[in-house]
Amino acid sequence: MANLQSDFIGIKSPNPFWLASAPPTDKEYNVRRAFQAGWGGVVWKTLGSEGPPVVNVNGPRYGAIWGADRRLLGLNNIELITDRPLEVNLREIKSVKRDYPDRALVVSLMVPCDEDSWKAILAHVEDTGADGVELNFGCPHGMAERGMGSAVGQVPEYIQMVTAWVKKHSRMPCIVKLTPNVTDIRKPAEAARRGGADAVSLINTINSITGVDIDAFAPMPTIDGKGTHGGYCGPAVKPIALNMVAEIARNPATHGLPISGIGGVTTWRDAVEFMLLGAGNVQVCTAAMTYGFRIVQEMISGLSDYMDAKGFASTADIVGRAIPNVTDWQYLNLNYITKAQIDQDLCIKCGRCYAACEDTSHQAIAMSPDRTFTVKDEDCVACNLCVDVCPVETCITMRELPKGTPDPRTGKPVGDYANWLSHPNNPAVRDAAE
Amino acid sequence: MSTSQLTPGVVPGRLPAEAYCRNFADLEAPLGPHEARVAADRCYFCHDAPCVTACPTAIDIPLFIRQIATGTPEAAARTIFSQNILGGMCARVCPTEQLCEQVCVREVAEGKPVEIARLQRHATDILMAKAPHPFSRAPATGKRVAVVGAGPAGLAAAHRLAMLGHEVTIFDARPKPGGLNEYGIASYKAPGDFAQQEVDWLLSIGGITLDCGKALGREVTLDGLRASHDAVFLGMGLAGVNALRAEGEDLQHVRPAVDFIAALRQAEDLASLPVGRDVVVVGGGMTAIDAAVQAKLLGAETATIVYRRGQEKMSASRHEQDHATSHGVRIICNAAPVKVHGNGTVREVEFAYTADGPGGLTLLPETFRLKADQLFTAIGQRLGDVPEGLALAEGKIAIDASGRTSLAGVWAGGDCATGGEDLTVTAVAQGRDAAIDIHAALMRP
Repeated sequence: MANLQSDFIGIKSPNPFWLASAPPTDKEYNVRRAFQAGWGGVVWKTLGSEGPPVVNVNGPRYGAIWGADRRLLGLNNIELITDRPLEVNLREIKSVKRDYPDRALVVSLMVPCDEDSWKAILAHVEDTGADGVELNFGCPHGMAERGMGSAVGQVPEYIQMVTAWVKKHSRMPCIVKLTPNVTDIRKPAEAARRGGADAVSLINTINSITGVDIDAFAPMPTIDGKGTHGGYCGPAVKPIALNMVAEIARNPATHGLPISGIGGVTTWRDAVEFMLLGAGNVQVCTAAMTYGFRIVQEMISGLSDYMDAKGFASTADIVGRAIPNVTDWQYLNLNYITKAQIDQDLCIKCGRCYAACEDTSHQAIAMSPDRTFTVKDEDCVACNLCVDVCPVETCITMRELPKGTPDPRTGKPVGDYANWLSHPNNPAVRDAAE
Repeated sequence: MSTSQLTPGVVPGRLPAEAYCRNFADLEAPLGPHEARVAADRCYFCHDAPCVTACPTAIDIPLFIRQIATGTPEAAARTIFSQNILGGMCARVCPTEQLCEQVCVREVAEGKPVEIARLQRHATDILMAKAPHPFSRAPATGKRVAVVGAGPAGLAAAHRLAMLGHEVTIFDARPKPGGLNEYGIASYKAPGDFAQQEVDWLLSIGGITLDCGKALGREVTLDGLRASHDAVFLGMGLAGVNALRAEGEDLQHVRPAVDFIAALRQAEDLASLPVGRDVVVVGGGMTAIDAAVQAKLLGAETATIVYRRGQEKMSASRHEQDHATSHGVRIICNAAPVKVHGNGTVREVEFAYTADGPGGLTLLPETFRLKADQLFTAIGQRLGDVPEGLALAEGKIAIDASGRTSLAGVWAGGDCATGGEDLTVTAVAQGRDAAIDIHAALMRP
């Protein structure tokens, strides 16, 4: 068993799996169950200012999309921040933290955009013994209409300003949670760093309509005939989240800023992927909401086996290992030439590769009368579509042509590394030559 | 004293009343909506799919399964019915394990095909439960076509002809339409009087007159039909049965399996149907399986199928064989009947072991006897009397790829005609294709 101990901006937890600020972390009852199940940490569901709490709708709060056999792939919610009184939440946080000193307990916050409001709530949170705060600049629904959540997260100047207030009025570590509902995720991350944030966490949910009721002509989830955009999460958003994490990790202005990875983490493997792209730990919500808290046991065993297999002594050894390999298109090796190859022993002759290539790609797969499918190297551009649509894992693979051998498509031998920056078709190269 | 499974002889009511209901209920439960979606999701939507090639009616299987997967089972059913108007029955009786499901790439890859038959039943059941009939007729052509036989071939031909605007009359020798669907398949494969419901549904397209109790060569003649109609389609099936050709075959309770199956299908009360304590069935096809299994379900203590060649040569699929053995039927291969023993009534059947060599099947000297109160023969059917002038081939009415016989204006299809195996689905394909050719011939200016 590998050592999964995690230290994220000084906050220690027995493993890097935290539950994200969300419905599963709204109450002492849930959080105790989570810790009993083995979660390393919890970000308590977002607290608001003192006074009458927000209210939620009394119709459906969630919408979903499903894959085969009703496997939940994406979830959307229009739930607001906690609708329980502040003092109740604070009392419960204190109680749980007292009983679970080894677990991470971070408190998510969202209050109006003025210094006094932030100062007031920080004092309350410090009193609970919590390990840190997470600033919710992300929620795209409901609260944003009141000038909070993503309304702050979409304006880098506000992020910087509020982060600075928090650091000024508290000694607690501060994580800034970012909204993906922006055109360039690097800008809000840079603002958080300028404001003094100890870390960023991302992604929060994505603005979405999960579906439309085609009989009622209304978006889903539907409340009394109407619907509104909600925050999208779950396995479907993971690729978007991975890219945003990587963008921040490799941006010189934010490189090294600790990241808590969020967005569709469902298995240990998802967690490893986030960590390889620079996340120091991960936060999970939808997977727990789908399957319950026990999934963390699979995450723990999977991560442990992976670390043992790789010889990693600490989770820190994983973090950021893939960042050097994330690059811009212009640096990709244009002389890396591969050809699809179909393993005839594995092929089940469904012909999907043929249909995909013939109808939508490069007509590079031949089909014989006895349904044998073969790649025409002279037409294959190695787009990988056949690999992606093949129902049999590893049946179609990409074979690299060794240096010096001719590419049957171009007739030219495979050359050394060369990218777009030196390619003769690049206008900049042409201009320099003239 | 009431009868039981151990009562000697051939007697009715061997089982408690409720057992009959249970034994003859739906063989395979229909798929629920979620099950259907999950089953449909397994289809890979193959290019130029092998399942379509394997289907005698060439139903666009990947398309109808995708239509189920996307929540439109009625569209799926229209895809099925446009190629095979008896798609409902075929979903129940087709030996799909030897056709579409055998070549499904998932069968080849993992031994578990997409459940095409069950999905087809799911879709067709849903559409058939709804009115109106999904097809409408083209404007009337004024042409009249006679169809002989209201079995799968005749019904498929009649429906397509009616759809194309012709007036059709179907003549059938039996009191009820449906042919083997009504008289010849195991009861549990199409319970709930499905065969008659399907015929009613099919006929609801209009333009088809059904005239039952009219046999060719008895109440109607081919010459008469040719004179009174613009075209004739023959789909009367196989009326004759092959003889056992063993001494003692005329003893009481020795009868063709098809007669037993027909009597069972028409029985108002299964408890009133007599069945032997020990039943022996000779044959290796689906009829043998259907007879033996149903004898067992009626309460026979033992039911044994004896086939003269090796198991691999049985025309009943492995799936059918497993179905029989799981119901307690014993299958003995490589043995042929040589004598039926009994004093007026069959008591025992004597078999010789056989050797299947290059020179053909030979009987070995060693024999054995099986107790039998009832002996069913399921050793093939043959064409009954056919009108003069029709060319035959291999004991059947010779037809070309369009279903044309040697007589002008006469087409044929189904079990009575050459081409394909004697399956419901083959009959449907031949009836449909003949109808299309009849239409082309009649509409030629």
